[in-house]
Amino acid sequence: MGRDRSGCVARSALLTALALLLCCPVAGNTAEQESHTERGHSRWGNETGEPQPGFHIVSLRWEKVQAPYVIALWILVASLGQAVFHLSEKITSVVPESALLIMLGLILGGVVWAADHTASFTLTPTVFFFYLLPPIVLDAGYFMPNQQFFRNLGSILMYAIIGTIWNTVTTGLSLYGVFRTGIMGKDLNVGLMEFLLFGSVIAAVDTVAALTVFEDVHVNEALFIVVFGESLLNDGVTVVLYNVFDSFVAVGAGNIQGLDYFKGIVSFFVASLGGIAVGIIFGFLLSVVTRFTERVRVIEPGFVFVISYLSYLTAEMLSLSAVLAIAFCGICCQKYVKANLCEQSITTVRYAMKMLASGAETIIFMFLGISAVDTNIWTWNTAFILFTLVFISVYRVIGVVIQTWILNHYRVVRLEFIDQVVMSYGGLRGSMAFALVVLLDLKHIHEKRLFVSTTIIVVYFTIIFQGLTIKPLVKWLKVKRKQQKEPLLNEQLHGRAFDHIMSAVEDISGQIGHNYIQNKWTNFDRKYLSKMMVRKSAQISRDKILSVFRELNLKDAISYVSEGEWQGSLAFMRSISDVNVDFTGPRYTALDSSNSAVLCENASEVCLDMQATENRAKSPKDREEIVTHHMLQQHLYKPRQRYKINYSRHKLVRSEDEKQDKEIFQRTMKMRLEHFKPTKLEVNHNATIRNTKKEKATIKKHSDVVPNKRTPTHSHALHKDKDSEVKDHCDPSDDGISFLITPEINESEETITGNIPCLFFTEEDQLVCQIIPLWTSDEGTIILSQKVNLQVPGNPNNFRHSSESIDSFLLADISKEDPLSESSV
Amino acid sequence: MGSTPSLPAWEIRNLAHTTGFTSEQIEILHRRFLHLTDGKATMSKDCFDNIPDLESNPIKSRIVNAFFDQRNLGLQSVGTIDEITFENFLTTLSFFQHMGENHTKEDLEYYKTEKLQFLFRMYDINGDGKITLEELREIIDDLLSKTSNTEKTSSSIADAAMMEAANICGGQMEPDQQYDGITFNDFLQIMQDLKIETKMHVRFLNMDTSAICK
Repeated sequence: MGRDRSGCVARSALLTALALLLCCPVAGNTAEQESHTERGHSRWGNETGEPQPGFHIVSLRWEKVQAPYVIALWILVASLGQAVFHLSEKITSVVPESALLIMLGLILGGVVWAADHTASFTLTPTVFFFYLLPPIVLDAGYFMPNQQFFRNLGSILMYAIIGTIWNTVTTGLSLYGVFRTGIMGKDLNVGLMEFLLFGSVIAAVDTVAALTVFEDVHVNEALFIVVFGESLLNDGVTVVLYNVFDSFVAVGAGNIQGLDYFKGIVSFFVASLGGIAVGIIFGFLLSVVTRFTERVRVIEPGFVFVISYLSYLTAEMLSLSAVLAIAFCGICCQKYVKANLCEQSITTVRYAMKMLASGAETIIFMFLGISAVDTNIWTWNTAFILFTLVFISVYRVIGVVIQTWILNHYRVVRLEFIDQVVMSYGGLRGSMAFALVVLLDLKHIHEKRLFVSTTIIVVYFTIIFQGLTIKPLVKWLKVKRKQQKEPLLNEQLHGRAFDHIMSAVEDISGQIGHNYIQNKWTNFDRKYLSKMMVRKSAQISRDKILSVFRELNLKDAISYVSEGEWQGSLAFMRSISDVNVDFTGPRYTALDSSNSAVLCENASEVCLDMQATENRAKSPKDREEIVTHHMLQQHLYKPRQRYKINYSRHKLVRSEDEKQDKEIFQRTMKMRLEHFKPTKLEVNHNATIRNTKKEKATIKKHSDVVPNKRTPTHSHALHKDKDSEVKDHCDPSDDGISFLITPEINESEETITGNIPCLFFTEEDQLVCQIIPLWTSDEGTIILSQKVNLQVPGNPNNFRHSSESIDSFLLADISKEDPLSESSV
Repeated sequence: MGSTPSLPAWEIRNLAHTTGFTSEQIEILHRRFLHLTDGKATMSKDCFDNIPDLESNPIKSRIVNAFFDQRNLGLQSVGTIDEITFENFLTTLSFFQHMGENHTKEDLEYYKTEKLQFLFRMYDINGDGKITLEELREIIDDLLSKTSNTEKTSSSIADAAMMEAANICGGQMEPDQQYDGITFNDFLQIMQDLKIETKMHVRFLNMDTSAICK
């Protein structure tokens, strides 16, 4: 009885909403979709339905294109919706996109329903599982920061497996307990197994919502990878759990014997591990395939998607966990694919992946909204819905707290209180839960309608309510927990240095187990896997350390030019009458000059530091101070744990850390090369080394200012163009002292005249060409390339290893004198 | 990893006494030490090159140097040594120990000073007891990212920081008076708000994670 009445209420509410909307432009759209139901009175149906005699030059063949046309229209509407939301930054910064899409879906669904009185478009499990879910999971897997992922694998597995099981069982059992008390009404035909099944459905936490919070609010970044990994893996775990309970229900609670429980547990592990195995196999298969696609650059990116998708389907076919399969396929292949494909293909893959994933998500959320407008699925049971909401929130909190407490014993980087808040509160339920619940079989589950409507309510509640409130909550907590004091310039500097020291000491004292496994894996990878899966050409050409320089030098040159623009305005003014430093003039001009590329880049950066934004708002009187501090904040290198936030489903983030790592790598290399030079000279010209010391010191002063634009391989030719004299000096067999003096003279002259292009011509080039002969000379190349070519380029982490192999060259030098101590004394 | 030679019990006890680590921690750190040195009894600077994460640390060489700094190892002389033993390694790491609650006020003050001393030495490379403008500039140079870093920026920031330090510590100074460097006492004064004693500690694990994390 109650159910019927609530159904009526819902219907009338919808009707009033629709009456308002019918006159809006969307109605035209609706008219088209209407015909999909093939009702006789549909306008389009009439026109095409009756074939008229005679020849038609133009005929309207709606039915022929109907299905794909409607799909395309829906995608268009969803994408347009997203585009419109993003027109206003204000809205998207407050309301999560998913919530907006759901509301849009509700409106559209309402329109369709009003016109048609049936829900013709719903999110069907087939569409969801075969077309919408795979791109999302693949995207997460492909962009997974591998090193971090495997380092935190323990925590991730704990949250994903134990956490999900905990949520399932506790929610299921508690609901069953409440049901036995009779609060929910006596007429429900549900058993324990059904409740557990429902628990497994509703336990699917979609933590991606929590990830969006990280972009705005700075929380413990160790948590980032944990949450990201969890969101990826627990989808897989949920599906497996769901299948186990579903088969239990199908068998019937009464018929289950002890052995069946055992089988259920076994099947859980078989499905998960099997899925992972399938994913790994396909990942490696994909890597091998891309090795041989050099001639077909155009279809190269296609392989990535097709083979990954096949891994999903294969796992599904074998009734293994398809989600885990495609996730691990992405994780495994990323390294080799990035090495094998050419630059354009990699970019294509990245963008296509993001586009598909983001598009799929958009469609999912919109259809979540549309699907809700359907009287057939609604059954209201206040107690059941309320208790479900309470239980999932409470048990999520309890689960997170307990697991974090356990994990903190084993983690070097603790998960703090605020992280736990984000994790528990960010446990939103998403489309996965909805798709699973729709998949339920009405024959076995008599209360499917109740489950569906409860799931919808839960999904809506978590996405809209929690999604809206999580950001303000975290901000509030954060501000509350942070002391409101302005840091001194010194404090800030030392504090940052100190952060670096801390992370270094953590690295040094390190977690043995992880490093041990990691070393083993790196060796194995170097010895066998990379050889098998990475192109020969890629192994050789891209791994030259010098190619890093090429890229970096170009960047340097660009930044140099833009720096030149505001260099003059940058100088700190120092008023002599006052001891204080006056930042006002230069800072303002620096911030206001919009034509400086450097500053534009900085302005677009998200300000992670709450304190700075807070201060900026509150104290206008010493604003310039803050500007300085803020500038400093942004330009100081971030310590390792701070900068790893780089995943967003909707954006392709140019990861800051990569830039930073490259930069630091370049510095280290520079230092090494510089350091390599004197020793090299020492070998050749033992006598001249003393004299060159002084020049070297002066040159070094400029090394940071002057970008090194020339690619080393071309340096000989360029030198020829520039100055034939210098070219001669580049010959390593030439006299070392004149080689060093030449650029010095050159440079000082050019600096005076302010000729920028000539400034590119620095000692760096000389250094490199000084070194090239060694590497290209008979044995040198072979040794280096053999060592180096096993590493995959494109990622500073790997270059680091390559630099290790240079170490072997420089080993003697480093032990003799450390570059830093030498330069600073 | 089973074949790594472990330390004799008496030595562990000795080390535990001098450095304040627990014996489990010492064993774990010893294994780490051997891993870094490839089983040798002494460690040279190259050993730190085997740590991939350290490579992206902008002040790597400074930190590595601190491990070889004789001042940190309780020796009086200034300068670095070439190789350190496990005991030296532990001594340096012990600067990063967590201070428990059960210490007296004087103890805490002492540890805080010790920790700051360690930091101070990292800046004061030549060991003259002062952080000069040049030394300050160098560390800023290391810390500033390249996009904004020119010779000018770092030196002007160093100037500013030095001014600030002079302002805090030197009281009222004549504008033309020379402030030639941050002494350790000044450094203490600057850093007093940073709560170094609560921050400067690494969690040295009590249990061996290699067994748990597969």
